[in-house]
Amino acid sequence: MSNIPEEMRYTSSHEWVRMNDDGTVSVGITEHAQELLGDIVFVETPEIETEFTAGEACCVVESVKAASDIYMPISGEIVDANPALTDTPEIINSSPYDDGWIFKINPANEDELEGLMDAQAYEDSIEE
Amino acid sequence: MLIFEHSKSALHKTNKTELNSIPAAMRRRQSAALPEVSELQAVRHYTRLSTRNFSIDTHFYPLGSCTMKYNPRVANSIALAPEFAGRHPLAPEKFSQGFMSCMYELQEMLCEVTGMKGFSLAPMAGAQGEFAGIAMIRAFHDANGDHQRREILVPDAAHGTNPATATMCGYTVKEIPTLADGDVDITALEAAIGPQTAGLMLTNPSTLGVFERQIQKIAKMIHAAGGLLYYDGANLNAILGKIRPGDMGFDVIHSNLHKTFATPHGGGGPGSGAIGVSARLIPFMPIAGVIKENESFRWANKSDYPKSIGRLSAFFGNPGVLIRAYVYMRLLGREGMTRVSEFSTLNANYMMAEMKKAGFEAAIPDRFASHEFIITLKKQAKDLHVTAMDFAKRLLDLGYHAPTTYFPLLVPECLLIEPTETESKEDLDGFIKAMVQIQHEAENDSELVTSAPHTMPVKRLDEVRAARQLDLSWTVTEAGKV
Repeated sequence: MSNIPEEMRYTSSHEWVRMNDDGTVSVGITEHAQELLGDIVFVETPEIETEFTAGEACCVVESVKAASDIYMPISGEIVDANPALTDTPEIINSSPYDDGWIFKINPANEDELEGLMDAQAYEDSIEE
Repeated sequence: MLIFEHSKSALHKTNKTELNSIPAAMRRRQSAALPEVSELQAVRHYTRLSTRNFSIDTHFYPLGSCTMKYNPRVANSIALAPEFAGRHPLAPEKFSQGFMSCMYELQEMLCEVTGMKGFSLAPMAGAQGEFAGIAMIRAFHDANGDHQRREILVPDAAHGTNPATATMCGYTVKEIPTLADGDVDITALEAAIGPQTAGLMLTNPSTLGVFERQIQKIAKMIHAAGGLLYYDGANLNAILGKIRPGDMGFDVIHSNLHKTFATPHGGGGPGSGAIGVSARLIPFMPIAGVIKENESFRWANKSDYPKSIGRLSAFFGNPGVLIRAYVYMRLLGREGMTRVSEFSTLNANYMMAEMKKAGFEAAIPDRFASHEFIITLKKQAKDLHVTAMDFAKRLLDLGYHAPTTYFPLLVPECLLIEPTETESKEDLDGFIKAMVQIQHEAENDSELVTSAPHTMPVKRLDEVRAARQLDLSWTVTEAGKV
């Protein structure tokens, strides 16, 4: 069974979203997603200060199997990107929910978070 | 071992007398960093390497989406004939009529078999064909002052080259989802189409190995919005002589001639990505084509294609590949062309049915396959911890080239299997038997599968290191040695 932390929100395209205390939200990919992708070899993180709307492709994760777009879970501006991914992209495999975060957003509209899945709904969606 | 590693210096003797006739200033100060081996050593080295090839000449090679079929040797022999191979690209038209008549007929045959109105043989590879095709779509919209059309629609089942091509032509890419039955999600497509739509790139049959049943409706929707339809000819082998992209409503098609029409491929070239167009795109075709006028042939120029996207290369495509395609098509004739698609789809459907019987799960079980089909090994991965990649590696031990793994991305743990029309039933059965054997091994001795291959010159490769620390150069040291 895949690890799906209760405190986060999820998208159908396997991104997780964590609300931070400072009002930003962190985004990464789920344990299930990294399992599907296999060994991650390269991450193209989004540029800071770029704005995206929800559902837009904003960066790329490349594994030994495939290059996959990462989609913006909610609209907002990129305020930070994980610098560790440049040299050690494999931390997405080893620690998808913590060390392997990909970027942080300043949300345009926090209500959009309500539209994302909770842990149970995400678990059901990948069980199918 | 590299030939440089066999090298022993001082095997050759420099002829000083000869060197003396070259002015000192023009002589190299250090000896060239070339390997020094005897003729016999060189012969053995390269012969040994050639025996390590895992190729269509030695093995069944069902690499999905790649059409690794037998390429008749006669097509190659004729392309090598000095009358073709020795022709200078700048030879005057009057001395090139034979070659040009073949190219003209090839253009005509391609128009006929695809239902397009014009064909250019200029693109030197599939990627250049795609580029030229989308460049024509862009030139068409620009000529109409339709500058707001900035978006190309690409289904998520597409080959990766499609979004790459659209991006290279300055477009943004919008992905369209695919339904579980393999057809494009029409509702999502409807929502995505708008005044910004420049066109749609579609592979039909798709990379999921099924025919897009809604193609006529899709064509109408795109055309009604003012967009154009691009046909990725990757899977042309499946429909050859049966149905035509032109009749489906496509405005541009690229065909990988090296793939469907008799040039051994997979080694990186040379190739040919010939492009066909509908009538309204003829003025935009690339320069260098053959025109027939008063029973003789001449090269097309700017006045033939007034809004041409220009030249794609200095001369005219890859003539060797084009001659092979011409010979192959002439050998097939109208009847043979149809048999290509009939037998490639028959073989794929036979294999899919037999593999389902043997307990494997087809990704789209309820539809007929085109010339290729997908099985998913997600159950094996979950229950036995044996993945599609493990099956692929073990197949090598059993004498089969692995099918395409992990593509298309939509299907987890997938193998995309394309048997082609040139394999015998015995070879298809042999492959199925090998898959059944691996399944048995996965259930009873999974280590044997997960540590495969065992009989190849190299064991399981470190794919992460290959992707991240790729180093293919051999460094020459100061002493001029390697």
